[in-house]
Amino acid sequence: MLYETLRSLFRRPVTVEYITKPGRMVPVPERFRGKLTYDRDACIGCMLCVRVCPGGVITSAEERKVAFNISRCILCGQCAEICPKGAIKMSTQFEIVTFDKNGLIVK
Amino acid sequence: MVVERNVEKEVEVEYARLRIPFGPVHPALKEPVSLRVSVRGEEVIDVDMVLGHVHRGIEALAEGRNLIQTLYLIERICGICSHSHTTCFIQALEEIGGIAPSERALYLRTLIFEMERIHSHLLLLGVMAYEIGFDTLFMFIWHVREKILDLFEKITGNRIHHAMNTIGGVRWNLTPQIASEINSCMKEMEKAVKYVRDIFTDGTVEKRICGLGVLDYSEALKLCVVGPTARGSGVDIDVRRDHPYAAYNDLKGNFSVITRRDGDVHARIEVRVLEIFESINIIRAILEKLPEGPIRPEENVLRLMRRIPEGEAVSLVEAPRGELFYFVKTDGKGGLRRLKVRTPTFSNLIGLKSMLLGCEIADIPVIVASIDPCLSCTNRVTIVDQRSGESKVVSLDALRRVVREK
Repeated sequence: MLYETLRSLFRRPVTVEYITKPGRMVPVPERFRGKLTYDRDACIGCMLCVRVCPGGVITSAEERKVAFNISRCILCGQCAEICPKGAIKMSTQFEIVTFDKNGLIVK
Repeated sequence: MVVERNVEKEVEVEYARLRIPFGPVHPALKEPVSLRVSVRGEEVIDVDMVLGHVHRGIEALAEGRNLIQTLYLIERICGICSHSHTTCFIQALEEIGGIAPSERALYLRTLIFEMERIHSHLLLLGVMAYEIGFDTLFMFIWHVREKILDLFEKITGNRIHHAMNTIGGVRWNLTPQIASEINSCMKEMEKAVKYVRDIFTDGTVEKRICGLGVLDYSEALKLCVVGPTARGSGVDIDVRRDHPYAAYNDLKGNFSVITRRDGDVHARIEVRVLEIFESINIIRAILEKLPEGPIRPEENVLRLMRRIPEGEAVSLVEAPRGELFYFVKTDGKGGLRRLKVRTPTFSNLIGLKSMLLGCEIADIPVIVASIDPCLSCTNRVTIVDQRSGESKVVSLDALRRVVREK
């Protein structure tokens, strides 16, 4: 018991410091599904992503393109998977919270 | 004279009976459940349960969506056993559509299944330690659990909602590097869980939880409890062995079903601790036997969805808390006509009453936690009479009677 106490006393804490500066954040694994990115030029307007999206994030926009309302996104990655041109990708950015709701609409 | 004295006595007894509302918000409960407990002194003499605080209407919501959207919706029924829910649903769909997933996909499904069982059981053991006032152990166990969650993040890209299943296979493959990481994690896990087992067999802990909340064998059979709650009472049921799904048929020799006869809180905890060791064995066997091959069909998931004809299927899996049941009826146009989910906690909550009778008020949180209640899975239709403030849960039979009378 005493041994355990002494050992814990001099061990580094398990928790990690949360640093908000980009580039110094907690590393995330390769497959991590974060905020999605949209390559508007690569998009061909097939609308497959609209049909599979479970959260109603994706809506059709002008010029046969789509718009994303990230605040509804549940980060399942199904749209990135089904996109035939790879125009939608899941980035590793996990800090999505913002004060400006309009900033969460990706076009 | 004699008669009057008797009447007096009865009144006295009635006064000594006190109804205590326990929950829905209570520091000892992790999720909202409202127990109306009648006590005489410290002893519990009657329990009434009120559910419906987290009813979300997922079954009805699923009927207005297509199958792929539903797949991600039902993953959100429960955060802890999210993979069990999707596997159960996907199995039913594959049964209707006649799509056979590859061997490798089935093995990977089983792998996530067992990892999920470990993390769910560790979560409960931590909560149990917390309920009996052993905060150090709670912190220790949840630290161990964090390693499994990190592994999930590496394999699937998310800690809780893995989104692993897709129609006809799984979405993420296992690389040799991740496989070796799982192996080393299992080694650490085994060491840590052995330590946890030693603590739970320690005299102080045993004194707190032995002989508490007893659900004996015959009662457990009568009430149809499932999973570790049933196995703690000596009922030898496990869907993994009785109706093998995914890759469990090949892995039959790699695990055994653990049962205990005592039926108390300690037995239920012991079953869970030992099940973690069995899960570790299964994971090691999977990594050894993992066949090569594709993990999912070449065809795109929308086309697969359209191929699923009209039909209905029933599916069973062994979720960490017990038997999970799905009834799926598709409409042949990529949508659902009916989805019925029966979660393990729904069966286990019925057993709670016979466990709680005769115990003390201070034991209620421990006993409630010992069945590992997942209440967001459980809630059913609740009708609230607004005039009297009375609420009642409508059973299927009552509903059927109402429908027939009309």
